[in-house]
Amino acid sequence: MTTPSLVDLLKAKTSEGAQELLARERTGVKELRAEVGGVLRLPEGVTLDRDDINYEAPDDETMILNLGPSHPSTHGVLRVMVEIRGEQVLRTKPVIGYLHTGMEKTGEELMYQQGATNVTRMDYLSPFFNELAYCLSVEKLAGVEAPPRAQWIRMLMCELNRISSHLLWLATNGADLGALNMLVYGWRDRELVLAFFEKVTGLRMNHNYIRPGGVAADLPDGWRDDVLAICDTVVKRMDEYDNLLTGQPLLQNRMDGVGALDSDTAVGLGLTGPLLRSTGVAYDVRRDFPYLFYEQVDFDVIVGTAGDCWDRFAIRATEIRESVRILRQVAKAMPAGDYRAQDKKFTPPPRNRIDESMEALIHHFKLFTEGFRVAPGDAYVPVESPRGELGCYVVSDGTSRPYRVHVRAPSFANLQALAPMVRGGFIPDVIACISSIDPVLGDVDR
Amino acid sequence: MNEDQTPQPAPGPSAPSHDGPSLLHGCPVSEPLGQRTVHTDRSRYLALMEALYRDGFESCIGVSGVDYLTHPGRDIPEGVTAERFEVVVELLSFSRRERLRVRCQVPVDDPVVPSLFDLWPGSEAHERETFDMFGIRFTDHPDLTRILMPEDWEGHPLRKDYATGHVPVQFKEAPK
Repeated sequence: MTTPSLVDLLKAKTSEGAQELLARERTGVKELRAEVGGVLRLPEGVTLDRDDINYEAPDDETMILNLGPSHPSTHGVLRVMVEIRGEQVLRTKPVIGYLHTGMEKTGEELMYQQGATNVTRMDYLSPFFNELAYCLSVEKLAGVEAPPRAQWIRMLMCELNRISSHLLWLATNGADLGALNMLVYGWRDRELVLAFFEKVTGLRMNHNYIRPGGVAADLPDGWRDDVLAICDTVVKRMDEYDNLLTGQPLLQNRMDGVGALDSDTAVGLGLTGPLLRSTGVAYDVRRDFPYLFYEQVDFDVIVGTAGDCWDRFAIRATEIRESVRILRQVAKAMPAGDYRAQDKKFTPPPRNRIDESMEALIHHFKLFTEGFRVAPGDAYVPVESPRGELGCYVVSDGTSRPYRVHVRAPSFANLQALAPMVRGGFIPDVIACISSIDPVLGDVDR
Repeated sequence: MNEDQTPQPAPGPSAPSHDGPSLLHGCPVSEPLGQRTVHTDRSRYLALMEALYRDGFESCIGVSGVDYLTHPGRDIPEGVTAERFEVVVELLSFSRRERLRVRCQVPVDDPVVPSLFDLWPGSEAHERETFDMFGIRFTDHPDLTRILMPEDWEGHPLRKDYATGHVPVQFKEAPK
């Protein structure tokens, strides 16, 4: 008996079986069409021409290459298997699940007010949006509405979060495409926003700040000056980055015309966010299905035309400016009042009340041992996260724990666009396309 | 929907009826918390989805599942029998700025549902996830493999009879 070689052992240990990109003869026609992007919405009455796709590509001409799961340009633990002929990409399949921690199952074990701690860890670059979608769903089920100040605070934090997320995207996109200086600048500017988050919530990430019924704490003194200072700095820096990146032909050539999608394809694939808007579909949850007080602020939905990486770059860069615009309005409009609903059965009493009031003590005890009960039913509330539509589907069975928590993760759906984007391109384009999808693997795998 | 309007069969986006729950393409509609929901069973599922696709729901936002093992008595309108599993589909129409939820009942002894892949290619990953988590199989799905769990994983984690298990905590002073 011969001992298995190291390569075979490694293969057996790391194999994902049928989840991987298989050789052509082992792949069904429908799957093959899906992976080469041939399933995309064709005009009415037109069927797919089978001759368009070369099913018969002999295996000795093609090669299956693994990108990831720990390649720096995959933004986490994304593994992309690409079939290449020479330098040209034929098929692509993302293999995911390396960061799956069963958060939806965990969510069923936690009480409603604990759930925000759980979902905030999903999309770790925009944690406020996860908390917001979850809390809006729970509030809808429970029939509780957060007071106006809480809702404006939520808008403030979310738009700041959008800025920090897009700044980080500019940084990593720059790094992926060779503009390494942008990496440093992007992280530096994001730190401005994170420092403000730390001041308000106590943490730079995973805040658990937005809670059912309102927010965890009121804004600290001097928050308006901080926010306006962030706004001014970000706008000034964005002008600098326009000089550094936008006007730079080297970077533009890496993105212009790369990974182009048409609007039918994008809609058929269920894409949302900058990916969908780059193809010309003006869909933004904030405008089309307004939540919080987005109806009362003035902002533009940024739309592209070509649907390529360059459009997506421009959309995200411009959205930072739009968020600044919203922030200035929020800072002006912030009303006085409560930062959480004064429903004793729903939100905990202030700490100092517990020492002097028997009732407050009882409410506090009941809330933290038993939680609050929510009427049976189901609710799905979407919000516009930096990556697209992030929705939370919560089912209640009348107890104090959700029966089911499903998070519709924008990165998970958007990752499906990778195969049609990169088909026929070159390997460096794959990197540009992964970057322009902006997947957060915590969000993909949950 | 107007009550005095005469009932119209499909194709109309909504065909109101005089008694019982209102119907959409022959399937009962409820509106819990202001969110429009169509309930269906497996036999009418694909026909309903095709009709909704023609109605202008261009985008399939998500497909997920719910296991109602320990909560069987939920609110389901007349005309649909409650089963253990539900496949929940969120649809979105950009042109009509409308959302619609479809809840399809799936029995446990034969958890098979037609795939929506031919209507909305974007349902592919969501259906794989639902299969992975609940063991609901989608016929005509191009690549129905596990997506989040490892390939050799046993069981479907989001089922209610799936034991969560735990890692025992080692305390220094604990009796052996």
